[in-house]
Amino acid sequence: MRRRRINVRMPAIGGQGAVTAAHIIATAADHAGYHAVSNPFFGAEKRMAPAESYVRIGIEPIYDRGEVVYPDVIMVFHSQVITMGKSYTMPFYSGIKRDGLIIINAEEDLLSDRDKAFLESLNVKVFNFSATKFALEIAGTELATNMAMIGAFFGITQIAGMESIEEGIKARFLKKFVASGGTMSLDSAIERKFKKKLELIEKNINTAKAAYELANQWAKEQGIEPWLPKPQEVARV
Amino acid sequence: MQKTEQVQYNRAGQRVVSPEYMLFEAPRTKHFMTGSEVVKEAVKRSSVDASVSYPITPQSEAAHMIGELWVEGYVGVYFRGESEFGVMSEIAGCAMAGARTITTTSGPGTLRAMENFPMWAGSRLPIQLVLMARGINSPLSIQPDNLEVSFLLDTGCMIWHAETAQELFDMIIAGFVVAEQPDVHVPIVTVVDGFFISHTREAVMLPPDDIALPPYNPYKAPMPPIDMEMSPGRFLRDPYVMKSNYISYATHASWQFEVRAAIERSRPYAKHLLRGLIEEFGDPEGDLVFVASGTAAAQAKEATQILIHEEGVKARVVRLKTLRPFPTQELIQAVQGAKYIFVPEFNVVGWLEREVRRALYGHVDIPVIGSPRVAGGMTMPPEFIVKEILQFLGKEVKHVV
Repeated sequence: MRRRRINVRMPAIGGQGAVTAAHIIATAADHAGYHAVSNPFFGAEKRMAPAESYVRIGIEPIYDRGEVVYPDVIMVFHSQVITMGKSYTMPFYSGIKRDGLIIINAEEDLLSDRDKAFLESLNVKVFNFSATKFALEIAGTELATNMAMIGAFFGITQIAGMESIEEGIKARFLKKFVASGGTMSLDSAIERKFKKKLELIEKNINTAKAAYELANQWAKEQGIEPWLPKPQEVARV
Repeated sequence: MQKTEQVQYNRAGQRVVSPEYMLFEAPRTKHFMTGSEVVKEAVKRSSVDASVSYPITPQSEAAHMIGELWVEGYVGVYFRGESEFGVMSEIAGCAMAGARTITTTSGPGTLRAMENFPMWAGSRLPIQLVLMARGINSPLSIQPDNLEVSFLLDTGCMIWHAETAQELFDMIIAGFVVAEQPDVHVPIVTVVDGFFISHTREAVMLPPDDIALPPYNPYKAPMPPIDMEMSPGRFLRDPYVMKSNYISYATHASWQFEVRAAIERSRPYAKHLLRGLIEEFGDPEGDLVFVASGTAAAQAKEATQILIHEEGVKARVVRLKTLRPFPTQELIQAVQGAKYIFVPEFNVVGWLEREVRRALYGHVDIPVIGSPRVAGGMTMPPEFIVKEILQFLGKEVKHVV
């Protein structure tokens, strides 16, 4: 099935970086030549409380704004979204569209038979993997969970490669830093900080890449084709 | 605008260019940013003299970033007021002293500051207020809802409603230019729906940041800067009302008319710099017409595409860019041939429906339906609009799972 638009909803808990992930995904998609828009849930968030963000990616200009009520993709950042109902919508997959995709960060299968029957009736595919474990193993911190989720999203939907993902990550963590302190005038303190920052970015990219490869493999096994036409193909049409 | 052959630079060292060059000709590059960041970019290119701020969600970031511009030398004066009432009073003082001014607020802050807006208009101060709408208590809401726009409609300020971060950028720059025309010279409120614009990150095309608008020339104001003692104003001391005679009534009434006439005189300038007061979108033959502004128009556009491509319903959108002046003639013209007019809105009272009814009454005989309408910060998914339309038309709804 070839789509013209992907609407993504990311239920997470505060502090996991779902808002950052949405911005990076949108930036990467923008870099890959698509139209993209990202936004957080509009409210007061706090650590461990439900937090949500959204991305829209398409081959045509995007007008739609706000919460994604009818998503094509749902990315569950934390098991508590499912087990403790830390979600703005109940059940967490409410509104999921036919032929959709759910990515869940969990070591175990958290879906009930009822959940599975419903999702199967809509031909929704579920990719269950431990993004947090990836983050701990590769980046050495669970803070990189969002990077693994980003990698998994692009690995399955195949709408942007690692080059665009790297661009998105760098744009988020590097741009402002460089803009405010000319490289020539960096003193040693800033340089040390800068080095640390580069290391951090590299770890983030590596985490995203590992998850990208795993998810891409899974997508191929499932026979999932790229979710959107390539921007060049769109231009030809 | 001043005509000169010499290259001029403003206080921040930016090259001064004409508004037309800034808005239409300067090469633009793509940036990926939020609506709040866009406010900073627009102010940076507008030779702003003074800004006063006060935090309130969702405009706090924009206000904060104007402060960064002051640190960087792009804004002459910047400070925090003691409340929104303080902010709007202090910014008036700055404007009376001949400064180009901008401030920002949201929701309840707008209402706290309310007394000042008609005062700005009556004093003919071309202050720019960026309103990131968030609705009004009670119960408390910080989310997108634009009820406060309803309260501002008759304050004597121009009111424009941007749909995207891109349009907000262009409107802020154009806003200064239109508001400062000697025959206009009234405040300008540039509205965006909070969060939908302020917190959403999207692609924006920006001209270079080493160019800026010509500085404000207060000596072109219809009333002398600072001195508010002259006729016909006499606002500060010994106003006409103290005389309690027919002159006071006549002065007040004629000046109120004059402020509104000034808004009317802004039409050609706004039309030029905004490329029209309305935008038409969708199937030109569409007999189902959405009339909307801001984010409601964005959602209607998305719904229109679904209706056209997937449901075979001929639909179109007439988007109003300005609310004051209200584009009455443009609207009457644009809805010709319509069978139904829907007015989707993000507020409980339906202020735009009221405006549309008033504008069309006696000119066209088309039913105006104030729907769909959401409030309190709720999202209006295009699928929801489509469902509403299909149900109205008696068609099968298969879109929403």
